[in-house]
Amino acid sequence: MPPHPWLQRQRYLVDFTVGALGRRKGRNLALVAVYALIVFVLASVLLFSQALRHEAATLLSGAPEVTVQRLVAGRHDLIPGTYLERLGKVRGVTDARGRLWGYYYDPVVAANYTLLVSPDDPPPAGKIRVGSTLATTRGLGVGDVLSLRGHDGQPYAFTVDATLSPDSALLTADLILVNEQDFRAFFGIPTGLYTDLILTVPNPREVTKVAEKVLRALPDTRPIVREEILRTYAALFDWREGMVMVLLSGAVLAFIIFAWDKASGLSAEERREIGVLKAIGWETSDVMAMKLWEGLLISVFAFLLGYLAAYVHVFGLAAALFGPVLKGWSVLYPDFQLSPHVEAFQVFTLFFLTVFPYALATVVPVWRAAIADPDAVMRL
Amino acid sequence: MADRGDLDRAGLGLGLKALSRGERVLLAGIALFLLFLGTFIHAGIAADRAEHATAANRALASRLTLTDLALFTEARYTRNLSQADLHAAFQDHPGALEHFPTGALVGPPHRDPHAAASLAPETTLSR
Repeated sequence: MPPHPWLQRQRYLVDFTVGALGRRKGRNLALVAVYALIVFVLASVLLFSQALRHEAATLLSGAPEVTVQRLVAGRHDLIPGTYLERLGKVRGVTDARGRLWGYYYDPVVAANYTLLVSPDDPPPAGKIRVGSTLATTRGLGVGDVLSLRGHDGQPYAFTVDATLSPDSALLTADLILVNEQDFRAFFGIPTGLYTDLILTVPNPREVTKVAEKVLRALPDTRPIVREEILRTYAALFDWREGMVMVLLSGAVLAFIIFAWDKASGLSAEERREIGVLKAIGWETSDVMAMKLWEGLLISVFAFLLGYLAAYVHVFGLAAALFGPVLKGWSVLYPDFQLSPHVEAFQVFTLFFLTVFPYALATVVPVWRAAIADPDAVMRL
Repeated sequence: MADRGDLDRAGLGLGLKALSRGERVLLAGIALFLLFLGTFIHAGIAADRAEHATAANRALASRLTLTDLALFTEARYTRNLSQADLHAAFQDHPGALEHFPTGALVGPPHRDPHAAASLAPETTLSR
Protein backbone atom coordinates (compact mmCIF):
# COMPACT_ATOMS: atom_id res chain seq x y z
CA MET A 1 0.00 0.00 0.00
CA PRO A 2 1.50 3.36 -0.97
CA PRO A 3 2.05 5.76 1.95
CA HIS A 4 -0.43 8.53 2.66
CA PRO A 5 0.18 11.52 0.32
CA TRP A 6 0.82 13.80 3.32
CA LEU A 7 3.48 11.43 4.66
CA GLN A 8 4.99 11.11 1.21
CA ARG A 9 5.13 14.89 0.97
CA GLN A 10 6.84 15.17 4.38
CA ARG A 11 9.36 12.53 3.33
CA TYR A 12 10.31 14.54 0.27
CA LEU A 13 10.49 17.69 2.36
CA VAL A 14 12.84 15.98 4.85
CA ASP A 15 14.95 14.72 1.94
CA PHE A 16 15.20 18.21 0.53
CA THR A 17 15.88 19.75 3.97
CA VAL A 18 18.66 17.27 4.75
CA GLY A 19 20.16 18.02 1.33
CA ALA A 20 19.97 21.77 2.02
CA LEU A 21 21.55 21.30 5.45
CA GLY A 22 24.27 19.17 3.82
CA ARG A 23 25.24 22.06 1.58
CA ARG A 24 26.28 24.01 4.72
CA LYS A 25 27.49 20.93 6.54
CA GLY A 26 30.26 22.49 8.65
CA ARG A 27 28.13 25.35 9.90
CA ASN A 28 25.14 23.17 10.76
CA LEU A 29 27.21 20.46 12.45
CA ALA A 30 28.91 23.14 14.57
CA LEU A 31 25.49 24.52 15.47
CA VAL A 32 24.19 21.07 16.51
CA ALA A 33 27.38 20.44 18.52
CA VAL A 34 27.16 23.74 20.46
CA TYR A 35 23.40 23.33 20.90
CA ALA A 36 23.87 19.75 22.20
CA LEU A 37 26.62 20.95 24.55
CA ILE A 38 24.26 23.51 26.11
CA VAL A 39 21.53 20.85 26.51
CA PHE A 40 24.15 18.48 27.95
CA VAL A 41 25.20 20.97 30.61
CA LEU A 42 21.63 21.90 31.59
CA ALA A 43 20.44 18.27 31.57
CA SER A 44 23.46 17.14 33.63
CA VAL A 45 22.70 19.66 36.36
CA LEU A 46 19.00 18.77 36.22
CA LEU A 47 19.48 14.98 36.34
CA PHE A 48 22.11 15.12 39.07
CA SER A 49 20.08 17.41 41.30
CA GLN A 50 16.93 15.32 40.80
CA ALA A 51 18.77 12.12 41.75
CA LEU A 52 20.42 13.71 44.79
CA ARG A 53 17.15 15.25 46.00
CA HIS A 54 15.38 11.93 45.53
CA GLU A 55 18.14 10.03 47.37
CA ALA A 56 18.03 12.45 50.32
CA ALA A 57 14.23 12.30 50.51
CA THR A 58 14.22 8.48 50.35
CA LEU A 59 16.94 7.95 52.95
CA LEU A 60 15.71 10.56 55.39
CA SER A 61 12.10 9.42 55.21
CA GLY A 62 13.04 7.21 58.20
CA ALA A 63 14.41 10.12 60.28
CA PRO A 64 12.74 10.81 63.65
CA GLU A 65 9.36 12.54 63.33
CA VAL A 66 10.29 15.22 65.88
CA THR A 67 13.70 16.10 67.31
CA VAL A 68 13.71 18.39 70.35
CA GLN A 69 16.78 20.51 71.07
CA ARG A 70 17.30 22.76 74.03
CA LEU A 71 18.46 26.29 73.35
CA VAL A 72 20.47 28.29 75.88
CA ALA A 73 21.28 31.88 74.93
CA GLY A 74 20.16 31.01 71.42
CA ARG A 75 22.60 28.12 71.01
CA HIS A 76 22.07 24.36 71.07
CA ASP A 77 22.72 22.97 74.56
CA LEU A 78 22.43 19.64 76.36
CA ILE A 79 18.86 18.78 77.30
CA PRO A 80 17.86 17.24 80.65
CA GLY A 81 16.33 13.78 80.62
CA THR A 82 13.58 15.09 82.93
CA TYR A 83 12.01 16.70 79.86
CA LEU A 84 11.30 13.20 78.51
CA GLU A 85 8.56 12.61 81.05
CA ARG A 86 6.70 15.80 80.06
CA LEU A 87 7.14 15.13 76.36
CA GLY A 88 5.91 11.56 76.70
CA LYS A 89 2.59 12.92 78.01
CA VAL A 90 1.93 15.05 74.91
CA ARG A 91 -1.00 13.53 73.04
CA GLY A 92 0.11 11.87 69.81
CA VAL A 93 3.57 10.96 71.11
CA THR A 94 3.99 7.20 71.53
CA ASP A 95 7.68 7.19 72.45
CA ALA A 96 10.22 9.75 73.70
CA ARG A 97 13.92 8.94 73.90
CA GLY A 98 17.15 10.76 74.58
CA ARG A 99 19.77 10.82 71.85
CA LEU A 100 23.50 11.21 72.42
CA TRP A 101 25.74 12.40 69.64
CA GLY A 102 28.58 14.83 69.23
CA TYR A 103 31.49 15.88 67.08
CA TYR A 104 35.16 15.17 67.46
CA TYR A 105 37.77 17.07 65.49
CA ASP A 106 40.63 14.77 64.59
CA PRO A 107 43.78 16.81 63.85
CA VAL A 108 45.46 13.78 62.26
CA VAL A 109 43.24 13.90 59.19
CA ALA A 110 41.84 17.43 59.80
CA ALA A 111 38.28 16.19 59.76
CA ASN A 112 35.24 16.08 62.01
CA TYR A 113 33.88 12.74 63.15
CA THR A 114 30.34 12.23 64.38
CA LEU A 115 30.13 10.10 67.51
CA LEU A 116 26.72 8.59 68.05
CA VAL A 117 25.37 6.29 70.72
CA SER A 118 23.76 3.39 68.94
CA PRO A 119 20.20 3.22 70.32
CA ASP A 120 19.92 -0.54 69.94
CA ASP A 121 22.64 -3.16 69.78
CA PRO A 122 25.40 -0.82 71.00
CA PRO A 123 29.02 -2.00 70.76
CA PRO A 124 30.57 -3.44 73.93
CA ALA A 125 32.56 -1.15 76.26
CA GLY A 126 35.79 0.07 74.68
CA LYS A 127 34.63 -0.95 71.21
CA ILE A 128 33.43 1.19 68.31
CA ARG A 129 31.89 0.68 64.89
CA VAL A 130 33.13 3.08 62.24
CA GLY A 131 31.87 4.37 58.89
CA SER A 132 33.63 3.01 55.81
CA THR A 133 35.00 6.38 54.63
CA LEU A 134 36.48 7.10 58.05
CA ALA A 135 37.96 3.60 58.19
CA THR A 136 39.59 4.08 54.79
CA THR A 137 40.89 7.58 55.63
CA ARG A 138 42.43 6.45 58.92
CA GLY A 139 43.43 3.03 57.57
CA LEU A 140 41.36 1.20 60.18
CA GLY A 141 40.23 -2.41 60.08
CA VAL A 142 38.46 -4.69 62.54
CA GLY A 143 40.61 -5.15 65.66
CA ASP A 144 42.60 -1.93 65.12
CA VAL A 145 42.77 0.65 67.90
CA LEU A 146 41.69 4.26 67.39
CA SER A 147 43.00 6.62 70.04
CA LEU A 148 41.05 9.84 70.54
CA ARG A 149 41.67 12.66 73.02
CA GLY A 150 38.83 12.96 75.50
CA HIS A 151 37.37 16.07 77.16
CA ASP A 152 39.89 15.72 80.01
CA GLY A 153 42.85 15.62 77.65
CA GLN A 154 43.41 11.92 78.27
CA PRO A 155 43.69 9.51 75.33
CA TYR A 156 40.86 7.03 75.00
CA ALA A 157 41.67 3.88 73.06
CA PHE A 158 38.77 2.32 71.20
CA THR A 159 38.98 -0.99 69.39
CA VAL A 160 37.19 -1.24 66.05
CA ASP A 161 34.49 -3.84 66.44
CA ALA A 162 33.15 -3.56 62.90
CA THR A 163 33.07 -1.21 59.93
CA LEU A 164 29.75 -0.08 58.51
CA SER A 165 28.83 -1.10 54.98
CA PRO A 166 30.24 1.13 52.22
CA ASP A 167 26.74 1.04 50.69
CA SER A 168 25.57 3.26 53.55
CA ALA A 169 28.42 5.78 53.15
CA LEU A 170 26.02 8.58 52.27
CA LEU A 171 24.68 8.29 55.82
CA THR A 172 27.60 6.92 57.78
CA ALA A 173 30.83 8.17 56.15
CA ASP A 174 32.17 9.89 59.28
CA LEU A 175 30.18 7.99 61.89
CA ILE A 176 31.60 6.35 65.01
CA LEU A 177 29.09 4.26 66.96
CA VAL A 178 29.87 3.91 70.67
CA ASN A 179 27.95 2.79 73.72
CA GLU A 180 26.44 5.24 76.22
CA GLN A 181 28.97 4.79 79.05
CA ASP A 182 31.95 5.34 76.73
CA PHE A 183 30.29 8.36 75.15
CA ARG A 184 29.55 10.02 78.51
CA ALA A 185 33.06 9.30 79.83
CA PHE A 186 34.72 10.54 76.63
CA PHE A 187 32.81 13.83 76.36
CA GLY A 188 32.29 14.31 80.13
CA ILE A 189 28.49 14.42 79.84
CA PRO A 190 26.82 13.58 83.16
CA THR A 191 24.06 10.96 83.34
CA GLY A 192 20.63 12.50 82.83
CA LEU A 193 21.72 14.89 80.07
CA TYR A 194 21.24 14.24 76.36
CA THR A 195 22.25 15.95 73.13
CA ASP A 196 18.62 16.09 72.07
CA LEU A 197 15.40 14.15 72.42
CA ILE A 198 13.43 12.35 69.72
CA LEU A 199 9.72 11.77 69.68
CA THR A 200 7.81 9.10 67.80
CA VAL A 201 4.55 10.40 66.36
CA PRO A 202 2.85 7.67 64.31
CA ASN A 203 0.18 9.92 62.80
CA PRO A 204 1.81 12.29 60.29
CA ARG A 205 -1.09 14.76 60.61
CA GLU A 206 -0.34 15.24 64.30
CA VAL A 207 3.36 16.05 63.92
CA THR A 208 2.97 19.84 63.57
CA LYS A 209 0.48 19.94 66.43
CA VAL A 210 2.87 17.94 68.62
CA ALA A 211 5.71 20.35 67.79
CA GLU A 212 3.49 23.30 68.80
CA LYS A 213 2.58 21.59 72.07
CA VAL A 214 6.27 20.87 72.79
CA LEU A 215 7.12 24.52 72.28
CA ARG A 216 4.29 25.58 74.61
CA ALA A 217 5.22 23.07 77.30
CA LEU A 218 8.98 23.67 77.09
CA PRO A 219 9.64 27.19 75.78
CA ASP A 220 13.44 26.79 75.89
CA THR A 221 13.35 24.07 73.23
CA ARG A 222 13.41 23.97 69.45
CA PRO A 223 11.41 21.14 67.90
CA ILE A 224 12.54 20.08 64.43
CA VAL A 225 10.01 18.04 62.49
CA ARG A 226 10.92 15.54 59.78
CA GLU A 227 9.27 17.64 57.09
CA GLU A 228 11.73 20.44 57.90
CA ILE A 229 14.66 18.04 57.53
CA LEU A 230 13.39 16.97 54.11
CA ARG A 231 12.76 20.61 53.14
CA THR A 232 16.27 21.55 54.26
CA TYR A 233 17.77 19.08 51.81
CA ALA A 234 15.37 19.95 49.00
CA ALA A 235 16.26 23.64 49.47
CA LEU A 236 19.95 22.85 49.69
CA PHE A 237 20.07 21.05 46.36
CA ASP A 238 17.75 23.61 44.78
CA TRP A 239 20.18 26.30 45.89
CA ARG A 240 23.18 24.48 44.49
CA GLU A 241 21.35 23.72 41.26
CA GLY A 242 20.40 27.38 41.03
CA MET A 243 23.96 28.47 41.67
CA VAL A 244 25.35 26.28 38.90
CA MET A 245 22.60 27.54 36.60
CA VAL A 246 23.57 31.15 37.42
CA LEU A 247 27.18 30.37 36.58
CA LEU A 248 26.06 28.78 33.32
CA SER A 249 23.58 31.48 32.46
CA GLY A 250 26.25 33.53 30.63
CA ALA A 251 26.98 30.62 28.30
CA VAL A 252 23.27 29.90 27.87
CA LEU A 253 22.52 33.54 27.04
CA ALA A 254 25.39 33.64 24.54
CA PHE A 255 23.95 30.55 22.88
CA ILE A 256 20.43 32.01 22.82
CA ILE A 257 21.74 35.12 21.06
CA PHE A 258 23.75 32.99 18.64
CA ALA A 259 20.88 30.61 17.91
CA TRP A 260 18.34 33.41 17.62
CA ASP A 261 20.58 35.25 15.20
CA LYS A 262 21.14 32.10 13.18
CA ALA A 263 17.50 31.05 13.22
CA SER A 264 15.77 34.37 12.77
CA GLY A 265 18.10 36.08 10.30
CA LEU A 266 18.29 34.70 6.81
CA SER A 267 21.52 34.81 4.86
CA ALA A 268 21.49 36.13 1.29
CA GLU A 269 22.07 32.55 0.12
CA GLU A 270 18.99 31.31 2.02
CA ARG A 271 16.88 34.17 0.64
CA ARG A 272 17.97 33.30 -2.89
CA GLU A 273 17.15 29.65 -2.21
CA ILE A 274 13.62 30.59 -1.08
CA GLY A 275 13.22 32.80 -4.14
CA VAL A 276 14.26 29.98 -6.46
CA LEU A 277 11.90 27.53 -4.76
CA LYS A 278 9.02 29.99 -5.11
CA ALA A 279 9.91 30.66 -8.72
CA ILE A 280 9.83 26.93 -9.59
CA GLY A 281 6.37 26.61 -8.07
CA TRP A 282 6.76 25.88 -4.34
CA GLU A 283 3.89 27.13 -2.19
CA THR A 284 4.60 29.44 0.77
CA SER A 285 3.39 26.63 3.04
CA ASP A 286 5.92 24.20 1.49
CA VAL A 287 8.80 26.61 2.07
CA MET A 288 7.70 27.12 5.67
CA ALA A 289 7.26 23.40 6.25
CA MET A 290 10.75 22.83 4.87
CA LYS A 291 12.24 25.44 7.22
CA LEU A 292 10.25 24.10 10.15
CA TRP A 293 11.71 20.67 9.44
CA GLU A 294 15.16 22.25 9.38
CA GLY A 295 14.62 23.87 12.79
CA LEU A 296 13.12 20.69 14.25
CA LEU A 297 15.84 18.41 12.91
CA ILE A 298 18.60 20.61 14.36
CA SER A 299 16.95 21.22 17.72
CA VAL A 300 15.57 17.70 18.31
CA PHE A 301 18.88 16.07 17.35
CA ALA A 302 20.77 18.50 19.61
CA PHE A 303 18.35 17.83 22.47
CA LEU A 304 18.52 14.04 22.16
CA LEU A 305 22.32 13.99 21.81
CA GLY A 306 22.79 16.43 24.70
CA TYR A 307 20.34 14.63 26.98
CA LEU A 308 21.77 11.16 26.28
CA ALA A 309 25.32 12.42 26.88
CA ALA A 310 24.15 14.01 30.15
CA TYR A 311 22.50 10.75 31.28
CA VAL A 312 25.72 8.81 30.66
CA HIS A 313 27.77 11.58 32.32
CA VAL A 314 25.64 11.68 35.47
CA PHE A 315 24.81 8.03 36.02
CA GLY A 316 27.67 6.33 34.17
CA LEU A 317 30.55 8.65 35.00
CA ALA A 318 29.23 9.89 38.38
CA ALA A 319 28.88 13.49 37.09
CA ALA A 320 32.64 13.90 36.92
CA LEU A 321 32.33 17.47 35.57
CA PHE A 322 29.95 19.10 38.08
CA GLY A 323 29.83 16.60 40.94
CA PRO A 324 32.09 18.51 43.33
CA VAL A 325 30.03 21.71 43.00
CA LEU A 326 26.67 19.99 43.36
CA LYS A 327 27.58 17.49 46.05
CA GLY A 328 29.88 19.63 48.16
CA TRP A 329 33.10 18.28 49.54
CA SER A 330 34.99 17.61 52.73
CA VAL A 331 38.01 15.61 53.90
CA LEU A 332 35.77 12.68 54.80
CA TYR A 333 33.62 12.54 51.72
CA PRO A 334 31.29 9.60 51.19
CA ASP A 335 31.88 7.65 48.03
CA PHE A 336 28.43 6.92 46.70
CA GLN A 337 26.77 6.06 43.44
CA LEU A 338 23.46 7.74 42.74
CA SER A 339 20.71 5.52 41.46
CA PRO A 340 19.14 7.04 38.35
CA HIS A 341 15.98 8.99 38.93
CA VAL A 342 14.36 10.81 36.03
CA GLU A 343 11.31 13.01 36.40
CA ALA A 344 9.47 13.06 33.08
CA PHE A 345 7.93 16.48 33.76
CA GLN A 346 11.30 18.16 34.25
CA VAL A 347 12.75 16.48 31.16
CA PHE A 348 9.73 17.61 29.18
CA THR A 349 10.19 21.16 30.49
CA LEU A 350 13.82 21.09 29.38
CA PHE A 351 12.72 19.75 25.97
CA PHE A 352 10.09 22.46 25.61
CA LEU A 353 12.46 25.25 26.62
CA THR A 354 15.32 24.14 24.40
CA VAL A 355 13.60 22.78 21.27
CA PHE A 356 10.53 24.89 20.60
CA PRO A 357 11.99 28.40 20.77
CA TYR A 358 14.58 27.48 18.15
CA ALA A 359 12.15 25.67 15.86
CA LEU A 360 9.69 28.57 16.01
CA ALA A 361 12.40 31.21 15.57
CA THR A 362 13.26 29.68 12.20
CA VAL A 363 9.72 30.06 10.87
CA VAL A 364 9.02 33.80 11.25
CA PRO A 365 11.74 35.21 8.93
CA VAL A 366 11.03 32.47 6.39
CA TRP A 367 7.39 33.43 6.33
CA ARG A 368 8.39 37.04 5.64
CA ALA A 369 10.68 35.98 2.79
CA ALA A 370 8.28 33.37 1.46
CA ILE A 371 5.32 35.73 1.08
CA ALA A 372 7.45 38.20 -0.85
CA ASP A 373 7.67 38.22 -4.64
CA PRO A 374 10.28 35.62 -5.77
CA ASP A 375 11.88 38.08 -8.14
CA ALA A 376 12.29 40.69 -5.39
CA VAL A 377 13.70 38.09 -2.98
CA MET A 378 16.26 36.87 -5.51
CA ARG A 379 17.37 40.41 -6.33
CA LEU A 380 18.16 41.21 -2.66
CA MET B 1 35.58 0.60 -3.70
CA ALA B 2 32.49 -1.56 -3.39
CA ASP B 3 29.43 -0.13 -5.07
CA ARG B 4 25.94 -0.32 -3.61
CA GLY B 5 25.18 -3.57 -5.37
CA ASP B 6 28.28 -5.23 -3.95
CA LEU B 7 27.43 -4.06 -0.44
CA ASP B 8 23.86 -5.30 -0.69
CA ARG B 9 25.00 -8.64 -2.07
CA ALA B 10 27.50 -8.96 0.77
CA GLY B 11 24.73 -8.11 3.20
CA LEU B 12 26.82 -5.20 4.52
CA GLY B 13 24.59 -2.43 3.34
CA LEU B 14 21.73 -3.60 5.61
CA GLY B 15 19.40 -1.98 3.14
CA LEU B 16 20.35 1.45 4.45
CA LYS B 17 21.87 2.45 1.13
CA ALA B 18 18.49 1.94 -0.48
CA LEU B 19 17.08 4.71 1.72
CA SER B 20 17.27 8.35 0.85
CA ARG B 21 19.44 10.71 2.89
CA GLY B 22 16.38 12.17 4.60
CA GLU B 23 15.10 8.73 5.55
CA ARG B 24 18.47 7.81 7.03
CA VAL B 25 18.48 11.00 9.11
CA LEU B 26 14.93 10.24 10.27
CA LEU B 27 15.99 6.69 11.18
CA ALA B 28 18.92 8.08 13.18
CA GLY B 29 16.47 10.42 14.91
CA ILE B 30 14.16 7.52 15.76
CA ALA B 31 17.13 5.54 17.10
CA LEU B 32 18.12 8.48 19.32
CA PHE B 33 14.52 8.84 20.48
CA LEU B 34 14.39 5.15 21.40
CA LEU B 35 17.61 5.59 23.38
CA PHE B 36 15.99 8.61 25.06
CA LEU B 37 12.99 6.46 26.06
CA GLY B 38 15.48 3.80 27.13
CA THR B 39 16.90 6.17 29.78
CA PHE B 40 13.51 6.14 31.54
CA ILE B 41 13.38 2.34 31.40
CA HIS B 42 16.99 2.10 32.58
CA ALA B 43 16.28 4.50 35.46
CA GLY B 44 13.31 2.36 36.50
CA ILE B 45 15.28 -0.90 36.34
CA ALA B 46 18.27 0.62 38.17
CA ALA B 47 15.98 2.00 40.89
CA ASP B 48 14.43 -1.46 41.32
CA ARG B 49 17.87 -3.03 41.51
CA ALA B 50 19.03 -0.46 44.08
CA GLU B 51 15.84 -0.90 46.11
CA HIS B 52 17.43 -3.49 48.41
CA ALA B 53 20.37 -1.23 49.31
CA THR B 54 18.08 1.81 49.57
CA ALA B 55 15.70 -0.02 51.91
CA ALA B 56 18.65 -1.18 54.04
CA ASN B 57 19.97 2.38 54.26
CA ARG B 58 16.52 3.74 55.07
CA ALA B 59 16.21 1.17 57.86
CA LEU B 60 19.70 2.06 59.12
CA ALA B 61 18.82 5.78 59.20
CA SER B 62 15.67 4.92 61.11
CA ARG B 63 17.44 2.54 63.54
CA LEU B 64 20.28 4.94 64.32
CA THR B 65 17.85 7.90 64.36
CA LEU B 66 19.98 9.71 61.76
CA THR B 67 18.67 13.05 60.60
CA ASP B 68 21.21 14.09 57.98
CA LEU B 69 23.39 12.93 55.10
CA ALA B 70 27.14 12.76 55.70
CA LEU B 71 27.73 15.11 52.76
CA PHE B 72 29.25 18.17 54.44
CA THR B 73 31.42 17.02 57.30
CA GLU B 74 33.75 20.03 57.25
CA ALA B 75 32.06 21.91 60.08
CA ARG B 76 29.76 20.99 62.92
CA TYR B 77 27.05 23.30 61.64
CA THR B 78 27.07 21.75 58.19
CA ARG B 79 27.41 18.08 59.19
CA ASN B 80 23.89 17.89 60.59
CA LEU B 81 22.36 20.69 58.61
CA SER B 82 18.83 20.14 59.78
CA GLN B 83 19.94 20.21 63.42
CA ALA B 84 22.31 23.17 63.17
CA ASP B 85 21.26 26.59 64.39
CA LEU B 86 21.64 28.17 60.98
CA HIS B 87 19.55 31.07 62.23
CA ALA B 88 22.64 32.32 64.09
CA ALA B 89 24.57 34.83 61.98
CA PHE B 90 27.97 33.74 63.16
CA GLN B 91 28.55 30.09 63.90
CA ASP B 92 31.86 29.93 65.68
CA HIS B 93 32.19 33.22 67.50
CA PRO B 94 30.91 36.77 66.98
CA GLY B 95 32.25 38.12 63.69
CA ALA B 96 33.22 34.72 62.28
CA LEU B 97 31.58 34.55 58.90
CA GLU B 98 30.22 31.09 58.36
CA HIS B 99 31.68 29.56 55.27
CA PHE B 100 29.09 27.00 54.27
CA PRO B 101 27.59 28.78 51.25
CA THR B 102 31.01 29.20 49.74
CA GLY B 103 31.79 25.54 50.32
CA ALA B 104 30.32 24.77 46.92
CA LEU B 105 32.67 27.16 45.16
CA VAL B 106 35.90 26.71 47.06
CA GLY B 107 37.89 23.66 46.11
CA PRO B 108 39.05 21.10 48.67
CA PRO B 109 42.21 22.08 50.55
CA HIS B 110 45.47 20.61 49.32
CA ARG B 111 46.64 18.79 52.38
CA ASP B 112 50.19 17.74 52.91
CA PRO B 113 50.12 14.42 54.81
CA HIS B 114 53.56 15.18 56.27
CA ALA B 115 52.60 18.62 57.53
CA ALA B 116 52.24 19.12 61.27
CA ALA B 117 48.70 18.40 62.40
CA SER B 118 46.72 21.48 63.26
CA LEU B 119 44.89 21.48 66.56
CA ALA B 120 42.48 24.22 65.62
CA PRO B 121 39.07 22.69 64.97
CA GLU B 122 37.09 23.40 61.80
CA THR B 123 39.90 24.91 59.81
CA THR B 124 39.64 22.52 56.92
CA LEU B 125 38.62 25.25 54.51
CA SER B 126 41.75 27.37 54.95
CA ARG B 127 44.35 26.96 52.29
